[in-house]
Amino acid sequence: MGEQDGLLNDFLIETKEGLDHLDAELLSLESSPEDRDLINSIFRRLHTIKGVCGFLDFHKLESVTHAGETLLGELRSETLKVDDKIITLLLKLCDAIRTIVSSIEETKKEGDACFKELVAELLAAAEAPKNASESKELSLDEQFELLLAQREAEEALKEATKVAPEALPSREPDTAPNSESQSPIALQSEPQELTQSRPGGTETSLRVDVQLLDHLMNLAGELVLARNQILQTTKGFQDVNFRAITQRLNLVTSELQEGVMKTRMQPINTVWSKFPRVVRDLSITCKKQVRLEMYGKETELDKTLIEAIKDPLTHIVRNSIDHGIEMPDARVANGKPAEGCITMRASQEGGYVIIEIVDDGAGLNTDKIRERALQRGLISRERAQSMSEVDIHRLIFAPGFSTADTITNLSGRGVGMDVVKSSVEKIGGHVDIASRAGQGSTIRLKIPLTLAIIPALLLSCSGQRFAVPQSTITELVQIGTSEKVGSLSWIGDYPFYKLRGELLPLLFLEKQLKVAPQTSISDENRVIVVIDVDGSKFGVVVDEVHDTEEIVVKPLGRQLGGLSIYAGATILGDGQIALIIDPVILGREANIEHQETLISKPVANSGGMTAIETEQLLVVQVTSDIRAAIPLSNVRRLEEFPLHDIERVASTAVIQYRGSILQLVDVAACIGSPGENWTGGHVVVVGHGGSVVGLQVQAILDVTQELTAVKPVQGKAGINSYGVIQGKVIALLDVEYLIKQGAAGIGQFHGEESAAL
Amino acid sequence: MTEQSNNPPQQLVTFTTGEYSFGIDVLEVQEVLKHQQMTFVPLAPEEVRGLINLRGHIVTAIGMRERLNLMNCSDETEEMNLIVSLRDGAASLVVDAVGDVITLDPSRYKPRPRALKAPLKEMVLGVYESETGLLLHIAPEVVCKVCEEEKRG
Repeated sequence: MGEQDGLLNDFLIETKEGLDHLDAELLSLESSPEDRDLINSIFRRLHTIKGVCGFLDFHKLESVTHAGETLLGELRSETLKVDDKIITLLLKLCDAIRTIVSSIEETKKEGDACFKELVAELLAAAEAPKNASESKELSLDEQFELLLAQREAEEALKEATKVAPEALPSREPDTAPNSESQSPIALQSEPQELTQSRPGGTETSLRVDVQLLDHLMNLAGELVLARNQILQTTKGFQDVNFRAITQRLNLVTSELQEGVMKTRMQPINTVWSKFPRVVRDLSITCKKQVRLEMYGKETELDKTLIEAIKDPLTHIVRNSIDHGIEMPDARVANGKPAEGCITMRASQEGGYVIIEIVDDGAGLNTDKIRERALQRGLISRERAQSMSEVDIHRLIFAPGFSTADTITNLSGRGVGMDVVKSSVEKIGGHVDIASRAGQGSTIRLKIPLTLAIIPALLLSCSGQRFAVPQSTITELVQIGTSEKVGSLSWIGDYPFYKLRGELLPLLFLEKQLKVAPQTSISDENRVIVVIDVDGSKFGVVVDEVHDTEEIVVKPLGRQLGGLSIYAGATILGDGQIALIIDPVILGREANIEHQETLISKPVANSGGMTAIETEQLLVVQVTSDIRAAIPLSNVRRLEEFPLHDIERVASTAVIQYRGSILQLVDVAACIGSPGENWTGGHVVVVGHGGSVVGLQVQAILDVTQELTAVKPVQGKAGINSYGVIQGKVIALLDVEYLIKQGAAGIGQFHGEESAAL
Repeated sequence: MTEQSNNPPQQLVTFTTGEYSFGIDVLEVQEVLKHQQMTFVPLAPEEVRGLINLRGHIVTAIGMRERLNLMNCSDETEEMNLIVSLRDGAASLVVDAVGDVITLDPSRYKPRPRALKAPLKEMVLGVYESETGLLLHIAPEVVCKVCEEEKRG
């Protein structure tokens, strides 16, 4: 009985692989119906399945495959031509076999599903030409030849399935025998023990349990750790012999690690091979014409990762067909070919595999996405106004988002792209979208080659070491005091760093981790680790950075399962443990997104003022009892100057600023409530019509859009109107007037906008 | 030999935390270590003391005192690590002192008294009357598991 079980297992594995290839072959047959090699190969695959199930007593499976074989026999003898109907029928046959096989896998029985109808259909299709022309008898010679060919073919197939998954579905026809003269009649009386024969002695590959590979992988990881420790301890040793040994150990370990890693690599085609079928079925369901092109099928990825991206990829492809590609007539009307094209591209880039799914469809509808996001409450109205097109496109990855008007059985149920995103992120990857209206969209997945060993940056915070995956780090900046590189600034309670003219949201690691800050290190000596996650950048302030190291990721115990901020832990060269910080979660927990909204409207377009009701306003404290708002479009920079840097030229305050002279305007005095000492050093640099001045304020409070109860003011210099923000009355400043005030003070000094910025 | 709902273990490893004396089935104890260097885990639940490098394996250390809501020990370096094996890996219980391995007399093993309050209520499997006093037989699986649930809550 045990032998029977082993046989069954082999049968299941081989059949499943065969089915995947079958799908692919049927589809290529559809595009080149004259390809005899393909027909032969399909025939052989079916025949193998049939042969074994006769042996294992699976009658239902046998009758289905038998019917399919009959039909294929007709195709092979060219009494019947390949057409769409036949392909569909044969694909149905594949599904039927799949159903039965999975039922056998679960219950060891064929299941209750009935395929009589399918069998009848298959046979009817096969019968069609027979009614017209009579089948011919085979001579003895021909039968013998056929047998020989069959045996050869079986062996070729065995080889092909043995070396799978490396074998690509298109590689077997080269050994296919010339079978022009075969006729369907003899095929039904094929001797079945043929399929049991195994090629002896020449196998160059073998099946290995994945668990064993995982175990080897772990051991290799341990060895790497031990090696790191040995290298560290022996650094100072003088013994030449010993040093030679450690070097040898170092080398061998690296090679071993690489080798073990390779055993787990699989070509991406193992998942891609099912897409031609998916695309075909979907395009028929959607009544669209879609062509699929795939490049870089041979790109290799770790097995676990291949499995992890299977569902996300399927989802993306489905979405591209359902939402992306337009109906044929709409395409023609837009001057595109009726047939849409989906391109899948895979390539390796550093330690990553990049997978792109490109469609030439309609592209994303920005307005619709914005509207839908508002409807679903995913974003606030003011946020919607200020978001860039790219940011809006990224909303499709937000949970609970869908633009499909009607829910189809393909997509549009609102669970989708967010699941894609989260499952890709779970394996340390990223997903992004680029889309142009009318030209299509590109979805880009960035997947790490392997999960187990990653390069990481070691840093310390509050006297403790942490590791951050290097893939997310773009640069390291020492805070320093030099204005040339950048400086620390605050908007409200939020820290920012001005890096090469851009505001970078900051977070302090010790605050996020709620640990005591290291007081012995001054702010200037601390380092900002600039992190880029999905195009959103933020800085993490840490005490010190050390080195980069290849670390082995070890999972944390169940007791710490709730702490998603840690991606795991690792053992460093000195035997100490360092926690690995997940930058994605870190940014999310720190609510860095909110911080980004404060600067989400770059002050680039210095054009005229837009309707003030919808504009973003910077709220500042002018005196202890006056709050004011400045249109953000006029705001160039937020600065904080030490008071002693401020100089006076003929009763006007100025400051040397970025190689020019900046005129300071005392806002309180301008709007008629002078008398308070300006202590904070906060300056809002505003510009209008080519002139720039600095407005002295007490504090910078917030950026908002929620301005209500606006009441215009007449005859009050420097103030346009009053309004209410967050329950408090504020004065909307007349920037033009204030700039003129400044310019009137020392006209010859007012800086040119271009020079100052 | 009286049959009980859960058979008493044959041997217990005894240890103390605060005024309590505990016992863990010897089969569930992997090893006993003196005070170990630990890596603190920020944001972790209070009872998680840190992580220990146990010959290449990363093991979470759980403070028995914190778990029982007791005052912290005055000198942590005196504490011991009791490495217990759980269904999915090992964990360390940080205890005041580890005693001995004792062989049980089944007749002196009693099922869990009803009157116990949380957190002891869930942990204790039974009570053993030893020569020196009462021993609470606890399940390490529960000691570590409740942590996780609290975290979720």
